[in-house]
Amino acid sequence: MTFLHTFKTSLVGLKTHRMRSTLTILGVVIGIASIIAVVSIGSGAQELILGQIQGLGSKTIAVIPGREPSGPSDFAQIFSNSLTERDLDALKRKENVPTASRIMPVVFGSETASFGNETFRPTIFGGSDLLAQIFDLYPERGLFFTDDDVRARAEVVVIGSKVKEELFGESDAIGERIKIKGKNYRVIGILSAKGQVSFFNFDEMAMMPYTTAQQYIFGIKYFHRFIIEAQSDGVIGRTVRDIEATLRENHGITDPEKDDFFVQAQSDIASRLGTITDVLTLFLVAIAAISLAVGGIGIMNIMLVSVTERTREIGLRKALGATRRDILAQFLTEAIILTGVGGVIGILGGASISLAASIALSAFLSLGWTFSFPMSAALIGFAVSCGVGLVFGLYPARKAAGLNPIDALRYE
Amino acid sequence: MNILDMSLIEVSNLEKTYINEGVSTPALQGVSFRIEKGEFVAIMGPSGSGKSTLLHILGFLDQPTAGEYLFDGKSADEYSEEDLARIRNKRMGFVFQAFNLLPRTSILENVKLPLLYSDIPESRWRKLAQNAIEAVGLLHRIDHESSRLSGGEKQRVAIARALVLNPDVIFADEPTGNLDSKSGKVIMEILQKLHEENGHTIILITHETYTAEHAGRIITMRDGEIESDRKVEKRHEARDGFRK
Repeated sequence: MTFLHTFKTSLVGLKTHRMRSTLTILGVVIGIASIIAVVSIGSGAQELILGQIQGLGSKTIAVIPGREPSGPSDFAQIFSNSLTERDLDALKRKENVPTASRIMPVVFGSETASFGNETFRPTIFGGSDLLAQIFDLYPERGLFFTDDDVRARAEVVVIGSKVKEELFGESDAIGERIKIKGKNYRVIGILSAKGQVSFFNFDEMAMMPYTTAQQYIFGIKYFHRFIIEAQSDGVIGRTVRDIEATLRENHGITDPEKDDFFVQAQSDIASRLGTITDVLTLFLVAIAAISLAVGGIGIMNIMLVSVTERTREIGLRKALGATRRDILAQFLTEAIILTGVGGVIGILGGASISLAASIALSAFLSLGWTFSFPMSAALIGFAVSCGVGLVFGLYPARKAAGLNPIDALRYE
Repeated sequence: MNILDMSLIEVSNLEKTYINEGVSTPALQGVSFRIEKGEFVAIMGPSGSGKSTLLHILGFLDQPTAGEYLFDGKSADEYSEEDLARIRNKRMGFVFQAFNLLPRTSILENVKLPLLYSDIPESRWRKLAQNAIEAVGLLHRIDHESSRLSGGEKQRVAIARALVLNPDVIFADEPTGNLDSKSGKVIMEILQKLHEENGHTIILITHETYTAEHAGRIITMRDGEIESDRKVEKRHEARDGFRK
C-alpha cells in the first residue's frame, strides 16, 4: 500500500469515527493549551513582579523606622519616629557610610488636594531633589524641584499624571496653585503616566521637598524613610552594615535585637521575591502537569474504548489482504494526524489564551504585562500529548494486527 | 505427484483444538479431503460441528493445531505471513454471516477495500469495483452508505467485495443465515451464477440441507469429523425459487 493510500485510508478512518477523533483532538488540545497558557501567564506575572522590583534599582537601600517584623503577628511600627535630622546628617557624613552615593530622606502620607471645585486624594511624597534620579522620574512638562527648593521649604509641587487629570482635566496645570491642608502649592512639573513602579504609583502622587511636607503637611520633625543608594552592587552589604552601625551609635543601641529601625536592601527583596516567584512557577508547572495528565488520560481512554470496534476492523482488513505493516501504517498515520492537528490547535489556543490574558491585564489593570511564548512548555506539552496519543493509538492496533484475522474479527 | 493431480485445496488429518482457561475443546479431529478448482462445495453440519473452524483454516484466517493444508499444491507452513496476506487478497474472497462492512462508508468504498491492499494501479480501481457491484445488481446504489442498506443488500455488497479481485475461491460462511428467504434466494442465485458462468470455486458453509443442495457436493460434519462427503444428485436452482 502506498503512503498516499495509507494517508487517505487514515483520513477516512478518522472521518468515520468522527466523535472519537474529535475527543482525541480535544484531549491533546486541552493538554497543550493549558500548559502553554499556564506557563505563559505565570512567567508574565513573574517578569512583571521582578521588573517592578528592579524598577527601583538593585543598589537601593531603604531604612525603615521601627523594628523589623519577625512574623505574621508582629506588626512593624511604621509610624515610629526614630529617624531624625541628626541621623540624616550622620549618614551623609562620608566617614560613616563611605560607600553611599545618594541619601534621601522621605516623608509620605495621603492628603486631600483641591483645585477649584475638583478634589483628589494623592499620596504626598516629600523627598529631595535626588528623587528624580533615584526613581528615574522626569517631568513631561515643567521641572523638578531643586536642592534650593528643599532648603527654602519652597511651596512647590510636582504632580503625577492621574493627579493632573483629576484636578485639571485637559487644561494646563503648570503655574497653577493647588490647595493642600489650607495652603497653596505651585505646580512646577507634571510627570508622564508611568504606572506602578516597584511599590509606588507615581501617577497618583504629589511630590514636594521633604522640608515643605514635614513643616506644612505632616507637621513632624522625623522621617518615614531614608532611601540610600550604594555606589555599586558589590558594596551593598557593606553599606547596609555601615548604616546600621551609624544609626545604632546615634540611637545609643548596643544590642542589635533592640534596634528601633531596620535596613532593607532592594536586592534582598528582589531575591526574596525571586524565591516566591520560583515557588509560584513550580506551582504553575504542577498545575500544568496535572492538566497534561488529564488530557493524556482523556486521550488514552478514548483510544482504548474504541479498541473493540477497531480490532474488528483490523480483522476485516487482514482478511481482505492487509499485512501487519499496512495496519500499523494506517494506525500510526491516524495517531500522527490526530496529535498533530490537536497539537497545532493546542499551541495556537494556548498562545491566544495567554495573549488575551496579557492584553486584558495590561488594559484593565494598567500593568506593563509582557506576553511571552513558552517554547519549552509548548514542546513538553506537544511531546507528552503526542506520546500518549501514539502509544495508546498504536499499542492496541499492534496487538490486534498480530492476532489471527478471525480472532480479531470476532474480538469482543 | 503429477501436476495434473494438484488440487486447489487439500487437507489431511487436520486438527484444531481451542484452549480456553486451561480447558481444551477439540473442534476438528482429523479431517481430510480435496477440493478441485471450479467446484461448488457446501460444508454442512449442526452448530459446534467444526464447519466454521474448518472454513477459517481453509481461508488462512486461523491456523490448525495439527495436520497438513496444501493450498495450490504448497503447504500452508511454507507461506510467509506476507504471502498469506497476498493470497487472502488476490486469490480468496470472503462473505461473512455478519456482512462485516465498514460502517458509514459507501458501497463503492467498501468494495474497493481489497484493491487498497493489492498491486493493481488506482486508475483501474473504480472500473473493477463498478463491475463487481454490477454483478450483484447494486450499481444504482453505488454511493449509498452501507449502514442504510437492508441485510440482503449488505450481503450483496460483501459478495461484490469478495469478487472484486476475481479470486480463485470464494468462502461464504452462512451467507444467508441472517437473511429472509427472498434475500437468501438472491444471494444463492448470485453464488450459483458466479460458479457456473465465471468458474469460481465456492465453499459454502450452512446448517440447512436445502441451502447446501444448491452446491455440487456436500461435506457433512459432525463433532469435528467428516460424517459424509457426497455429490448432489439433483441440485436446487435458486432462480427457480428458494425457500427457507
